[in-house]
Amino acid sequence: MLKLLQRLEEDCTLTNAQLAALVGCTEDEVIKARKDLEEQRVILGYKAIVDWDRTQREAVTALIEVKVTPQRGEGFDRIAQRIYQYDEVESVYLMSGAFDFTVIISGRTLREVAQFVGEKLAPIEDVTGTATHFILKKYKEKHLIFPTQEVQEERFVFE
Amino acid sequence: MMDYSKIMCRRVQDIHPSGIRKYFDLLQGMEDGISLGIGEPDFQTPWHIRDAGIYSLERGFTKYTPNAGLSDLRAAISRYLKRRFDLEYAPTGEILVTVGGSEALDLAFRCLLEPGDEVIIPAPSFVCYGPLVSMMHGVPVIVETKAEDEFRLTPQQLKAAITPKTKAVVLPFPNNPTGGIMRREDLEALADVLRGTDIMVVSDEIYAELTYGGHHVSMANLPDMKERTIVINGFSKAYSMTGWRLGYVCGPKPLVSAMTKLHQYGIMSAPTTSQYAAIEALNEGDKDIEAMREEYDGRRRFLVDGFRKLGLDCFEPRGAFYTFPCIKSTGLSSEEFCDRFLAAERVAVIPGSAFGPGGEGYVRACYAASMRDLATALERLERFLNTLKH
Repeated sequence: MLKLLQRLEEDCTLTNAQLAALVGCTEDEVIKARKDLEEQRVILGYKAIVDWDRTQREAVTALIEVKVTPQRGEGFDRIAQRIYQYDEVESVYLMSGAFDFTVIISGRTLREVAQFVGEKLAPIEDVTGTATHFILKKYKEKHLIFPTQEVQEERFVFE
Repeated sequence: MMDYSKIMCRRVQDIHPSGIRKYFDLLQGMEDGISLGIGEPDFQTPWHIRDAGIYSLERGFTKYTPNAGLSDLRAAISRYLKRRFDLEYAPTGEILVTVGGSEALDLAFRCLLEPGDEVIIPAPSFVCYGPLVSMMHGVPVIVETKAEDEFRLTPQQLKAAITPKTKAVVLPFPNNPTGGIMRREDLEALADVLRGTDIMVVSDEIYAELTYGGHHVSMANLPDMKERTIVINGFSKAYSMTGWRLGYVCGPKPLVSAMTKLHQYGIMSAPTTSQYAAIEALNEGDKDIEAMREEYDGRRRFLVDGFRKLGLDCFEPRGAFYTFPCIKSTGLSSEEFCDRFLAAERVAVIPGSAFGPGGEGYVRACYAASMRDLATALERLERFLNTLKH
């Protein structure tokens, strides 16, 4: 089960037959296991990792440190919920250390992101402070390296 | 005009170039060609190993090393062989670091062969043994291994091939191209034939770490066999370090000493940067080996399953990273099959006949390729096989 998850996390486009071979079980077992894992929400979804910089579309991503006052009885969960409901919010993590949440937001422009922080995020009750960091360049995400100018390797072929 | 055919030595002119090359040349020009031809890992050398090489350059280690290799490296090889294969070789005198396993093979034949000496070579096998033996005026004696024997060399075959001129027998296991391996009991049966003779075993164990569903056993593990065995191994396959050109040879002191002498004159010392990287590989790389082996194992099952589902008989390979499906049912020769498959579907596989007699009727498909490529190759193979039926 863990092996299957690891394989899917690496590449969710693998077919069930490929997964079966990689994990060392039958295709039917893979189908059954995936169904169970999806139903139990162990697998939340399958998504492509896109390098928007290589397209026509403008995109910016920001990492926002958020400080909040936790609510009695509800802790951080309720505030987190109020934050993550927004479509603009890509990820929300509760952090240890100097601030409480890391919120990752993507938008079309700097202005759009700034607007979101100023008009939606900061005004939330119990949010006591934010610090916005824009991502300038992505090098690696989910173990995938964003392509750079590659020098073509000259390969020998004989064996 | 100089007539170089009159200048060059006869033996080198008699050697045929490898029959594999043309498939890559043809594939080069193809848009979405897939190569299951090349016998090379598709993984990058793990970063910590590359980093150790870089660090050695930063520290300025750019000079020759001792002829036999860095003493730290030989010590690391000695520990590694004990840890992984229960082989005992002393860092001083019994281990020589070479430019790939290839140099080690060449040295072994150079140190053993007198003109006319025979070397028993099981085939299909890697293409270099015969030419290296011939260059030493030796006589390659090819023994065809069979699919029904799981491409193992049998004691009967060995016995039948031995003559008073037999100097050595090559054991190329895990085998390229068949994926066949020799288990302990198989080696034991050969050892029974060899004990009490002066025949040396040249054991090419470059794929030792890529053994699936069991552990690699070396001929040198068996009683009374270490003294008549030369073990050849290297870093190319286990750590995905083909381009670093580093291997080693272990064996009885007088032989290793003779090989070191030749290596000293022909090579000086193996690449220094590679040697520093190799120390890191041996000391910290076990987990990389496991990870790569697991990956290959999955691809192996996928490809073998795929061939069988398409109706091709496929022997279960237990080592290396090759499958060796039988294509006799198509009515084509190995070479026709490969030529036509490449032309029609842009997938390169290698005719079994390129690896010596016994390979005809088979093709070699390497699974050191991405799952996506393997899947596409199988789809194209299905299409190709269907066109043959009409």
